[in-house]
Formats: sequence, C-alpha cells, structure tokens
Amino acid sequence: MKKIIELRNVSKAFDGETVLDQINLDIYDNEFLTLLGPSGCGKTTTLRLIGGFETPDEGDILFLGDRINDTPPHKRNINTVFQRYALFPHLNVFDNVAFPLREKKVPKAEIETKVHEMLALVKLTGFEHRNVTRLSGGQQQRVAIARALISHPRVLLLDEPLGALDLKLRKDMQQELKNIQKATGITFVFVTHDQEEALSMSDTIVVMSEGKIQQIGTPIDIYNEPQNAFVADFIGESNIVDGVMREDYRVTFSGHTFECVDKGFAKNENVDVVVRPEDVDIVSEEKGMLRGVVTSVTFMGVHYEIIVDINGFKWMIQTTDFVDVDEHIGLFIEPDAIHIMKKSEYSGMYGDYSSFSNELDELSDAESEPEA
Amino acid sequence: MKNAEPRVSRRVSLAQRMALAPYSLWAVLFILVPLVFVAYYAFTDDGFRFTTENITRFFTATSSLVGDDGTVREVHTYLVIFWRSVKLAVISTAICLLMGYPIAYIIARAAPRTQKTIITLIMIPMWMNFLIRTYAWMTILQDTGLLNSLLGALHFGQAHIIGTEAAVVIGMVYDYFPYMILPIYSVMAKMDTRLLEAARDLGCNSFGVLRRVIFPLSLPGVVSGVTMVLIPSISTFYISQKLGNGKFFLIGDAIEGQYVANNLHFAAAIAFVLMIILLVVMALMKRYTDSRVRGGV
Repeated sequence: MKKIIELRNVSKAFDGETVLDQINLDIYDNEFLTLLGPSGCGKTTTLRLIGGFETPDEGDILFLGDRINDTPPHKRNINTVFQRYALFPHLNVFDNVAFPLREKKVPKAEIETKVHEMLALVKLTGFEHRNVTRLSGGQQQRVAIARALISHPRVLLLDEPLGALDLKLRKDMQQELKNIQKATGITFVFVTHDQEEALSMSDTIVVMSEGKIQQIGTPIDIYNEPQNAFVADFIGESNIVDGVMREDYRVTFSGHTFECVDKGFAKNENVDVVVRPEDVDIVSEEKGMLRGVVTSVTFMGVHYEIIVDINGFKWMIQTTDFVDVDEHIGLFIEPDAIHIMKKSEYSGMYGDYSSFSNELDELSDAESEPEA
Repeated sequence: MKNAEPRVSRRVSLAQRMALAPYSLWAVLFILVPLVFVAYYAFTDDGFRFTTENITRFFTATSSLVGDDGTVREVHTYLVIFWRSVKLAVISTAICLLMGYPIAYIIARAAPRTQKTIITLIMIPMWMNFLIRTYAWMTILQDTGLLNSLLGALHFGQAHIIGTEAAVVIGMVYDYFPYMILPIYSVMAKMDTRLLEAARDLGCNSFGVLRRVIFPLSLPGVVSGVTMVLIPSISTFYISQKLGNGKFFLIGDAIEGQYVANNLHFAAAIAFVLMIILLVVMALMKRYTDSRVRGGV
C-alpha cells in the first residue's frame, strides 16, 4: 500500500498550550481513516495541518514523500468538507459545486458535465438552481461533498461532517459516505467524536487524547484489543478492573483467578483488565466465578443494562436475561472475553460504573471538553 | 448558516402596536409630514393654487454662461448645476470607495482590539461640527495655508487648490469618508472566516478569495456605503461655497439660495426633483445588488 500522507513528529501549540504532541501518522492510498477522540484531543488541528490551514511548530508533513509544511491550501491536492459545510451563500448549488473548476479555467461545457456528474453522485440532480441557504442540513452536506470532490483530490478531509444531522439522517449519510469513498477511490480522513460512527465507517481508526495518538488500528482491533484504559473506555462500554498477571494465560482480579488468552507480562505484574459488558454471562450464584448484587436494571430495547455490585466495584453487564434489582447473581466470563492491558497514565480513571447513569455520563463528557 | 427563511408571523399583537406607536408618531410628524409639505409647495404657486410651473422651470430655465474665451452660451441653469453636483458627488464617492474598501478590509482582518481603536479614530472627526471641519480645510488648502507652507519648506513649489473642484472634492471625501468605511467594515467583520478557508481550499489564491468570495459577499456593505456617501454629497451645500470660493454652485446651494430668497415653492420643486431622481437611482442599485447577491453570477 502506498503512503499518501505522513506526519513526522508533528507538534503544534496555540498560545503556549500544546494541542498536538509529537504526532506520527501514516495515511495510505484509498483508505477510510478516522481521527477519533473527545473535544480538544487535537483531531481537528491534525486535519487543519493536513489541509494547510495551520503550519506545524515542529515536525514535517509529507504528501507522497514531499514536504508540504509551507504549501498553501490552494496548491495542495487535498480538499476539505468543513464543519457546518461553509457553502458560499451568494452562489447557488451549481455555482458552489463549479467553484473549483472555474478557478482552474475549465471550459464551460466540461464544467456543465462534471457538475451534473457530481450532483448525480450525491443524489442532488435537479437542485442546480436552488439557493444553498434554503437547503436542509443533509442537502447542504451533499453540496459540500460534491464541491470538495469535483476536482478529484487525492485526499478528502471531513471535519465532523455529520455532527449537525439528526440520528436517522446521520446513519444514512454514513453509509453513503462509505459508498462514495469506495466509488471514487479517494482517501478519506474523517474527524469525529462519535465512536459508533468511527467503528462502522472506518478502515483505520486513530484514537487521540490530549494531543497524543493513543492507538491506531482497524475497528475490530481497537474494540477487542484496546491499548489502554482510555481507549477501552472511549470505544464502547468497558468494565476496567485492577488485576495481577500470575503467569501467562492466568490473571487474578476481583478475588478470582481466571484463564485468559494474553501472555508476555512479567510474573505478578499489575495490569488493567477489560471485560466488555456484553461478554459477561449471568449464571446462578453458586455457579458464578464472581458473585454480586444487582443494583439497577435499565431496559435498552434490545437488551437490559444492569449494574452489579461485586465487592464494592460496580460492573455493567448487558444481557437479554431478566434479573431483578437486589437479586444475587453469579457471573461467568470466558477466557477470550478477558483483555489484559499494561498499566498507563489512564489507569484507575475509567471503567467503574458506581456513579453511572446515562445522564451523568453526558454531563461529565461536556465538562471534560477543554477549548482548543 | 440559516436553513430556511424564518417564518415571521404577519399578525402584530396589540402590545407590539402600542410599543410602536411613539415611533410611528415620530415618523409621521418628522418624516412624512415634511415630505408632503415639500411636494405640496413644489406643485403650488404663491397663492397655493396647483401648478407644474416650478417643476418645468427646473428643466427649462436658462442663463448665459461666459466661457474662458469670452464666448457666451445659453445653458439650462439647473440642469447644469445638477449635472455638476452629480459629477462631483460621483467623483467623491468613487474616491471614498477606492480608499475605504481596502481600509475596511484591513481593519476587519486586524486583531479585535486594534479594530476597535481604528474604528474609534475614524469616528472621532464625526464628533466635530461639519462647519468647523470645512473651515479647517480652508486653512489647510489656502494659497498661504498649511499645505503650501509645507510644500514651500520642502521646495516643491506651490499648489493652487482652494477655489478648484479638487478642493470641493477633498472636502466632501473628508466629510463623508467614515460613512463609506463603517458599513463595509461591519459586513466584512461579520463574514464567516470558514468561507475564506473554503475558497482557499478549493483553489483560490489570495486575490481569488477577494474577487470570488469577499467582494460579492461585501456588496451589501458597498451599496449602503455608496448610498450614504453619494446622497449627501449630491445635495451638499456650503462645502462648495467655502472650499470652492463659491465658483461651483451645486444643487444644494441652489435650494438654499432659493429658500433664503424666499422662493419657497421653487426651492421645494428643486428638492422634489432631486429626491425623485435619487429614489430612482437607489431603487436601481438595490435591484442590481439583489440579483448579484441572491441569484449568483
């Protein structure tokens, strides 16, 4: 696979505050890569550096092997779909999409053909003469995509493009973006804070936090083999408990020693253990490897989300079996449901559901958003 | 960016009407009534009988003009005056626009604190009385004035400016310049910077961004700037009397002259014709920019 863009030890600070800290990233031809992280993690800054709207303080950005640190945006073969689209309000749909071609002095007939092709691709045929300010969010989104794709860039940057759309439309657009990416073969670099969106669309996910890359991998790698507590918590729900690696394939946590599939740790090394809520089986108390009391049950539609108190640590379990509050239950965990991680700076910060409620979760998300 | 036109209810509640009452009263008393009086006087004679005499006089009155070479020409007095007013006003407006547009652009791109300072500096002269400003220019532009002393000291010879059309234009530009900068600046300051980034992203260099995005989007500001400079400078008086040594009689001076001479009906007729012409010009400008701003290229 060919590398299109390389970031080499890239750092960036605004007003003395480090936003990106020694980032290294390779972006390959024809891939759908997602920069995922909470607000202020540096994902948008990374995108703006690639687009040419910011220059790195340190490090290099390479495009097909050439250093492009100081190349202005209009000379980069990279286009952007901006957050909230940035359509030109003085131009109609046709003229917005034709904008890049007019700048290149493309002959009129060719512009006409290409714009119609593009509008067909984004399913906006017949909207040519509409005023862009009168379009719905989804339609504006499509115009922005058509405008960014019409000059066939090597890379398309998308800055939280679906953030302003409602859930149903967002799901449709996710699928459509994926289809467009496959149809055009253009490399997409997509920025989002929505982990579900990242998992369902990407070939590669780059998880970022506090200006650093935490993990790069396929959606399945990221979900099944998170590298640290931050990634485990950010992607999906996780119970993260302290454990001790007795030897290869044997780990002790919550007062029980489990068989697992991980190895390569020191004898009796302290580790973080991740168990996904959907990987825990509920059994009768006497058959359980762990025993606990149900403290809350929430019906989620497809499953119940229950919180179980095990020796004072609250676990989340997703199950289709019904159990009642205050019921004593046993938990059974298969070896391959257990994932072991090295201790990191994020250890102990996540993975306990003792203060959990959906509402609280959102509140604390909003609070942890530093401006960047 | 708005998704749809806001749907404003046409029904106005009683409370809203009550709140509007003082303003409506103000508008009727001080805008509508005077306008009706102007029209009434324009179309009546001294005995307040209906006549179109005054209007006709504006278009037909003639007088003799002695040229530089001593030849005498019969000219339509008021049409000549009107044409002169338009010419000087258009020149002043053009100069204001050419100087004001880049300045407005630079201010709008400056740091917020700098923007405030510059805008204040631009507005300070407006706090001074316009007569005093005009007198100040007299002392600067006189043959023995500040400018010529400076030129003399630097051995650049002398410039005779006072009493020329140039002096009148300088006076008008100085007086009305802020009215050009402020509306253009306020449109540019509100412009979404992401649109400028989008234009660069889509292949525009700095000039392209200016030509294809900033300029079209700033047109409403340009139109109000042009309107706010053109209209008062067409109807201005006094500047030409003081800086032009009274040699360039303008339409504003004509109205003032007739009024002072107690020819109220004819003064009203001149004012009325001027108003109609300006209204037509403004309507045309509005239509032009509406089609540019809404309909695209």
